[in-house]
Amino acid sequence: MPVTAFFGLQYDFQWSVLWTGEHGHWLVQGIWTTLRLSALGWVFAGLLGILAGALRTVPFAPLRVLATFYVEFFRNVPLLVWLFFWYFGAPQFFPRTVQDWFNLHGPEFWSAVVGLSVYHGARMSEVIRAGIQSIPKTLLEASVATGLSVGQAYRLIIIPIALRLIVPPATNESLNLLKNSSLALTIGVAELTFMSRQIETYTAKAFEALTAGTLIYLVLCVGIASVMGQVERYFRIPGLIARVGRAEH
Amino acid sequence: MSFDWGIILANWKFLLLQGLMGFGAFGGGTLRLAIPAIVLGFILGVIVGLCRLAHRPWIHYPAVLYVEFFRGVPLVMVIFWFWFLIPQITGQRLPEYTVALTAFVVFEAAYLGEIVRAGIQSVPRGQIDAATAGGLSYGQMMVHVILPQAIRNMMPSLVTQFIVLFKDTSLASIIGMMDLTKAAQTVSQREIRPFEMYLFIAVVYWIFTYSMSRFSQWLEVRMSPERAPTRRAALREAARAATA
Repeated sequence: MPVTAFFGLQYDFQWSVLWTGEHGHWLVQGIWTTLRLSALGWVFAGLLGILAGALRTVPFAPLRVLATFYVEFFRNVPLLVWLFFWYFGAPQFFPRTVQDWFNLHGPEFWSAVVGLSVYHGARMSEVIRAGIQSIPKTLLEASVATGLSVGQAYRLIIIPIALRLIVPPATNESLNLLKNSSLALTIGVAELTFMSRQIETYTAKAFEALTAGTLIYLVLCVGIASVMGQVERYFRIPGLIARVGRAEH
Repeated sequence: MSFDWGIILANWKFLLLQGLMGFGAFGGGTLRLAIPAIVLGFILGVIVGLCRLAHRPWIHYPAVLYVEFFRGVPLVMVIFWFWFLIPQITGQRLPEYTVALTAFVVFEAAYLGEIVRAGIQSVPRGQIDAATAGGLSYGQMMVHVILPQAIRNMMPSLVTQFIVLFKDTSLASIIGMMDLTKAAQTVSQREIRPFEMYLFIAVVYWIFTYSMSRFSQWLEVRMSPERAPTRRAALREAARAATA
């Protein structure tokens, strides 16, 4: 490899470090772990988000307060703090069987799944709430007036429309989750950022290793965003210009 | 299981003065990083937002690329890039604080730039025509006519993004800057009290972010009279109804 001038300094590019030896395998494993972590986090965050979003609307104050506390506390504290909390702090208070299961199945990975799910569940519930709230009350009244029961109106009218409305902010939030999964490297999960750093440590080729990691994240994000752009166009409600407010912090 | 909350009292000076404020031998500090990052990030964000709105393609497309690039990459990656690049460019190792600050400003400007762009686009077109007809130059128009109205419109999203930035400063601990998270890590490793430590700093972070979020909600109500009338306007309305 030729010695190339790099910002006026001499830097010896060696792109081959990305695939020689174990390194290519590491990168592939890193991508796989990132995708697995994000997918699991996404499913649980979605479930928690729907649950918390629904509980915040029930006519029973203690449940509403509990759900509001969950959302406001968990989404307003840095994810990094939650990861440390779930990995170092919380497990000692779990029941013995849960602790054993954690230790058997990789405590780092599953702490990261818990941390990501709980944090992004709180954020996801805000997206879902904004979607439901953006539907005018009159729509429910109109549906009931045509002879549907309230349950039917929700199932056939309100929820399908809410789901179509939240596609853009939910996509945004899902991409945030994918990018945030990189924080799992701090508790030792061997995901994509961790693996790029590992290649850098083994080869001292920071530029190449970081470029590989960065490009893979870009491809993942741009790929998901363009697929979801198609989905959004397909499910768009004709005649609506206003989009539901973007996902809050 | 027993808790030892005394551990917080015993270490409050290190956690709050050093970790949160940045007074002490280690430098760093969450607030000392967050406040300049917010100010500088906003300035760069305005520039990026204006460039994205420019008609000349050689100004417009680099700004689009900038925004799309940084929004598609995790912040940790950007911090590692600066951690590696700055010594390569300047030929010397800079303190973690400077590296973190640079990374935050560059990264957050992409997000803030989008907010600025949306805010400017929310100003009615007629304002540009009126300002141009009034003989204002581009700069005068931006400073005196467009930006004041745009900033009013984007205030809630701006504060929301500042909350994100405040939470993101915890990532500076990854490259070893002594912020609140790193301070808690240090104490928790020494005392083996991770539960109490991390819960405590969670509450400290929460106090800041939650007050910012309430402030943003207050601003939103305050600044959109057409959606939520102010109390005074409501009172005036009531008085008029009573006398009529």
